[in-house]
Amino acid sequence: MKIKVIVTPKNGVLDPQGKAIQQTLNSMNFIDVSEVRQGKYFEIETDLKDEKDAKKNVEDMCKKLLANLVIEDYKIL
Amino acid sequence: MKSSVIIFPGSNCDRDMDVALKKFGFKNKMVWHNDNVIPKSDLVVLPGGFSYGDYLRCGSIAAKSNIINSVIEFANKGGLVIGICNGFQILIETGLVTGALLRNKYLKFICKNIFVKANKTHNKYFNKIKKDILELHIAHNDGNYFCSQDDLKSMQDNDQIAVRYCDSNGEISENSNPNGSIQNIAGVFNEKKNILGMMPHPERVIDNCLSSNDGSYFFENLLSNMK
Repeated sequence: MKIKVIVTPKNGVLDPQGKAIQQTLNSMNFIDVSEVRQGKYFEIETDLKDEKDAKKNVEDMCKKLLANLVIEDYKIL
Repeated sequence: MKSSVIIFPGSNCDRDMDVALKKFGFKNKMVWHNDNVIPKSDLVVLPGGFSYGDYLRCGSIAAKSNIINSVIEFANKGGLVIGICNGFQILIETGLVTGALLRNKYLKFICKNIFVKANKTHNKYFNKIKKDILELHIAHNDGNYFCSQDDLKSMQDNDQIAVRYCDSNGEISENSNPNGSIQNIAGVFNEKKNILGMMPHPERVIDNCLSSNDGSYFFENLLSNMK
């Protein structure tokens, strides 16, 4: 089973890369873009058969390694 | 005094630190990250570099390595632990010091000498250094210190801000902030002040033939407090 996770910078945390992407998009005439936040995407292949168990396990992984909860939020898709 | 420098795959300031510690009189041992036990030490140093290629987040993989449990145990018993640059990032990822280190504000790798003011109250790292403004070296991509307002307040109340970027006159301002760190923070202590994490490299400036000799004061002061 594959579990997908998105990790993004928390609101209020400076995201210089997102800012640079936003400015570049603006300079490419995508003038509607007012903010970009850059995150990470993980696909985790697990041997667990039960989806609930697998997601619970991935949540533990997020807290312990995949995200730094001081600056990042995670979302299990 | 005995010290140990931990080597991770991708560490590159480990030997500079070894040279510096020996120069000032430490009996230093190099310790491989895969070992489980630190040799008997008075000081443990996590050196700078790019452990595990900075994968995931800088320091995050090294913070789960075999040796880290004994570093945490040593620190929790009051042992002196220093993390410089990537070592600071590793300390952050272990949770031994508070906060996070984000990408530099202007997205550039910064490699240059900077000036800092150190906190000399109630700690063994800077307490008797006579010079007020130290010229040290930084070389990092992710040194933009961040923490929550609550954490910042409790660290300020407890004197845990260890080092702040300033200009050559000692003025701490936006202009003397190289990387966007909140409050110009270049380094912090844990609550008990036995652990120091900082981005500047004292080990790179320990001789007059280098660009500064101010790192010498740091090592001399530390050693004088350990005798």
